[in-house]
Amino acid sequence: MAKFRKKGGKKTPGISTASLPDIIFMLLFFFMVTTTMREATVLVRISAPEATQVQKLEKKSLVSFIYIGPPLNTKLGTDSRIQLNDMFADVKDIREFVQLERESKDEADRPFLTTSLKVDKETRMGIVTDVKQELRQVGAFKINYSTKKKAIIQK
Amino acid sequence: MARPINEINAGSMADIAFLLLIFFLVTTTMDIDTGITRKLPPPPPEEMPDIKVKERNIFKVLVNSRDRLMVEGKGGHISLLKEQAKAFLSNPNLLDSNSPEDMPEKRQVDIPLFGGDVWVTKGIISLKNDRGTSYDMYIQVQNELAAAVSELRDELSMNKFGMKFSKLSDDEKIKAIQKAIPMAISEAEPEDIGGH
Repeated sequence: MAKFRKKGGKKTPGISTASLPDIIFMLLFFFMVTTTMREATVLVRISAPEATQVQKLEKKSLVSFIYIGPPLNTKLGTDSRIQLNDMFADVKDIREFVQLERESKDEADRPFLTTSLKVDKETRMGIVTDVKQELRQVGAFKINYSTKKKAIIQK
Repeated sequence: MARPINEINAGSMADIAFLLLIFFLVTTTMDIDTGITRKLPPPPPEEMPDIKVKERNIFKVLVNSRDRLMVEGKGGHISLLKEQAKAFLSNPNLLDSNSPEDMPEKRQVDIPLFGGDVWVTKGIISLKNDRGTSYDMYIQVQNELAAAVSELRDELSMNKFGMKFSKLSDDEKIKAIQKAIPMAISEAEPEDIGGH
């Protein structure tokens, strides 16, 4: 058998790294597609309540968010405040906010606009009711109470 | 003096891609927004026509500022709410126009898939909360009521089509079930119901 042995020790061939960029690109595209940039810096603390009957929020581009919760900056007090875009706002500002949101969207999409209420669970309903009344006045009827999905415990 | 064309060194391609990858890894947020979707009623007209709804057709749920429940005039608990709402909205016989005294009345609805006219419950769940109610409690109540409706829909769908309501893909079947068991949750105009 020695007859067939090649001269010199066998060298392990190096692993080809030529396809490495392709693999990385694949991962890159995956993340590029799934990523959604956070539009607003959240200034209020929000821990969403849990619920079992949740639906996914479809068509992210047609959703405008209203945040309600106690300010992260504790100097501003512990009462729940409304945040629209990047600023604290008042119930009165919602009208303008909704109208601006509506104008920025394509006319065909306007009936499908949804307002997502991201509300901290400690918040009292008073402020939420005010916001809802204002939304009714402006005609933004589709709303979504943002909640986390609770695992259903089978008995 | 023809210079030989050098090949572009692609060795750093991976590094560039890595850089981009890390950027997207950091900025990405994977959370899918979920929530309970509701439709608000249009604002009431100036002169509100007084719509009378019979007492037996309303299932009253009140939540006070201490997050206590009052269901149909009695103290209630969140863990029982779903069953109570289910019992109120349940409609065991779609073809029967009569309902027991303590159950809501029925009205005639035309659903072709179920063979023409069927009798659907007139029951409405009326939810009222105080300004001091916590949002968490409010969502829990909404959730239980939604669960009651969705369970009833599931049962009917199982009965008629052999699969759960959420698994139905035929638009017509979905419409039929939704008509047979309407999502009748009404929220009262806000007011203080006390209990501070």
